Amino acid sequence: MNKIIFFLPALLLMAGCAALQKGNTSADTPDASPPAPPAEAATPEISVITETIPASEVHFKMALLPGGTFLMGSPESETDRETDEGPQMEVQVEPFYMGLHEVTFDEFNVFREKELDKAPEGRPDWNADAFARPSPPYEDPTFGMGKEGFPAVSMTQFSALQYCKWLSDKTGDFYRLPTEAEWEYACRAGSTTAHYFGDDTKMLDDHAWHYDNSSEKYHKVGSKNPNPWGLFDMLGNVSEWTLDQYQEDAYAKIAAEMATEINPWIKPTRLHPRTVRGGSWDDAREDHRCASRIRSSSRWKERDPQIPKSFWWNTDSPFVGFRIVKPAKQPSAAEREAFWLLVLGD
Amino acid sequence: MKNQNNSGINRRDFVKTSGLVAGSMMLAPNLVSAKAHIDGSDEIKVGLIGCGGRGTGAIVQALGSGQNVKLVAMCDAFRDNLDKCYKRITDPNFSDWSSDETKDLNPMIDVPEEHKFDGFDGYKKVIELSDVVVIATPPGFRPQHFEEAIKQNKHVFMEKPVAVDAPGVRKVLEVAKEAKKKKLNVVVGLQRHYQKVYQEWVDMLHNGVIGDIVLSRVYWNSAGVWVRPRQEGQTEMEYQMRNWYYFNWLCGDHITEQHIHNLDVGNWVKQAHPVRANGIGGREVRNGKDHGEIFDHHFVEFEYADGSIMSSQCRHIKGCMNRVSEAFHGTNGSAPKPGVILTKSGYKLMDYNSKNDPNPYQVEHDLLFAAVANGEYKFADAENGAKATMTSILGRMATYSGQVVEWEDAINSNISLAPEKYAWDANPPVLPDANGYYAIPVPGITKVV
Repeated sequence: MNKIIFFLPALLLMAGCAALQKGNTSADTPDASPPAPPAEAATPEISVITETIPASEVHFKMALLPGGTFLMGSPESETDRETDEGPQMEVQVEPFYMGLHEVTFDEFNVFREKELDKAPEGRPDWNADAFARPSPPYEDPTFGMGKEGFPAVSMTQFSALQYCKWLSDKTGDFYRLPTEAEWEYACRAGSTTAHYFGDDTKMLDDHAWHYDNSSEKYHKVGSKNPNPWGLFDMLGNVSEWTLDQYQEDAYAKIAAEMATEINPWIKPTRLHPRTVRGGSWDDAREDHRCASRIRSSSRWKERDPQIPKSFWWNTDSPFVGFRIVKPAKQPSAAEREAFWLLVLGD
Repeated sequence: MKNQNNSGINRRDFVKTSGLVAGSMMLAPNLVSAKAHIDGSDEIKVGLIGCGGRGTGAIVQALGSGQNVKLVAMCDAFRDNLDKCYKRITDPNFSDWSSDETKDLNPMIDVPEEHKFDGFDGYKKVIELSDVVVIATPPGFRPQHFEEAIKQNKHVFMEKPVAVDAPGVRKVLEVAKEAKKKKLNVVVGLQRHYQKVYQEWVDMLHNGVIGDIVLSRVYWNSAGVWVRPRQEGQTEMEYQMRNWYYFNWLCGDHITEQHIHNLDVGNWVKQAHPVRANGIGGREVRNGKDHGEIFDHHFVEFEYADGSIMSSQCRHIKGCMNRVSEAFHGTNGSAPKPGVILTKSGYKLMDYNSKNDPNPYQVEHDLLFAAVANGEYKFADAENGAKATMTSILGRMATYSGQVVEWEDAINSNISLAPEKYAWDANPPVLPDANGYYAIPVPGITKVV
């Protein structure tokens, strides 16, 4: 596996950044003056690694986010706030890598198309037939909006999780979807305002593809400004699956039952609703706030006229994609197994 | 039972009357099943013919129509298909698109073992036992099933296409007249007619907002559908019935089976059917033993009587431009996709937001069953369904033959794709060669009319 690591002092470009070996995430950062902090608090230095899907030419980047504590949800005073965004609560998360971009069709297709899924070097045991893969979709999941360089969309959460499992098996690292808490922590990037760039909606156009500026379609990932931690399209472009079961009173529940847990998440017990975050090309401006929550729905399969319906694809959610995370502290083999069993069933 | 239909009998009487008309052999099961229910009053008995994925979807929509509906009989050529469908819909924790909550459909299902039929003739029994039949078999069977349903005076929901060859289309047109005479509701699953964005869009185009339509472009380009490889021990008939998508006597090729939706919208907008067609097609990628005899792409130019053209693409090949849509160009503007209409200068005359519209697959059942419950005669979709089907067959004839094919010649063709006999040990109309391959149409040689 080919990994390149470089450091991204806040949003600074890569000029002067050294390519380092994997695992070397220490602090010998090249000198560069950080830009003015957009929100508040000092912006930590964020290291970025470039990963290659083994036995392919497909790369993806991940940012190592520091662990920390943040205030999840929005205050009652926030414009356009919905009641499910509160009460605000303190949540602690551990360090994790998060995809710099939404997973693209380039990446997803290596999983989707068995022919693209070649045996990695040194893995003669790799059996492409051993993986469950997305069935042919009822209709084109892109609806003609684009493939190469564009975010993968229309998949179910099951499908997104199967991708994570496949990528984990293929790389040896443990990848998964972010919890809702991790997602909001990453999106806020230290900010406490409605958007990571402040409360003013005017700047949204520079950071997000939303209904009013998207020409009613998604765009290539990374074509707007990133957030203070270098993550692109956290707001807008496509909404992103998280691990959590959606509950309207999730925060009250977490505060009451999981107050001491690090990185708490509401484990799913039913198919819908689960939580999707970030707003999309198909959503109004007000849905593009760090605290906005979207609930998944069985209606996202509405136009599939068959029963049983696809486990893998929705016919009516071309605005939902996903982003992957990799915990800095990797779980044990047994913990991984238990995780997949919990989220995917047997 | 609010209204009476124009023949002066309401639906409940109608069931009895139809039994009388058809003779005493049929009366008995109707009486038995009426007594089986407590009030026997306004319950609508529905039967399912064809229990595959779409049949299962359709019957759940029928049961979800909001009327007092009961599923009383089912049939499928294959018993295992029927059993799978029955098991799914009787799961007390059934879930579908309509709700995030599970629901129990069992109070609406009463299909005793003796009302489950397999093989080729079960449809007659299902029709006998029903007030409304839902027909969702492969389209090669549609004409005979529709004919029997109307003969037995039953209301019909049937899937598209409604035939696979010209004799089948003519049969459906003939039966459609009969259905009109008898005031039997017929809904065809060309659900775009029940979809608000299409209704509003086509209405605007009919009102002439972009002038005369001079060019239509319609597409169903996708990656294709399932393949069911041959299993050991199957007769040739069973194999083809399982892998039906790839045999024309069952499917009609994908230009008919799928692309009909878009061709139908083209006709709807033009308020006419084409008068002739020419086209190009072939099997570039999907050309294995389990791919039967159908093409994987067709590009057809249809001409309407006013000289305007409908350009039609349908392709089942992975990794290519995918598009399932329709677009129209008028003398004063364009309609680039459903719900959008532009003037020549690009001003949006229409930009329809369909996000919160109801599911058209559900709407078609809601309306049909409401009409039946109210004793109303409102739906006569069969004629349009037949003409849309014929349009797609005309396109297939053009690509298979490589000739310009006239509508009149096409619809009057006597080439029937149907087998001589429907039985598991009978030969289907096409057979594999010694290497397991089927004869493929060859443009320039193949005769189609």
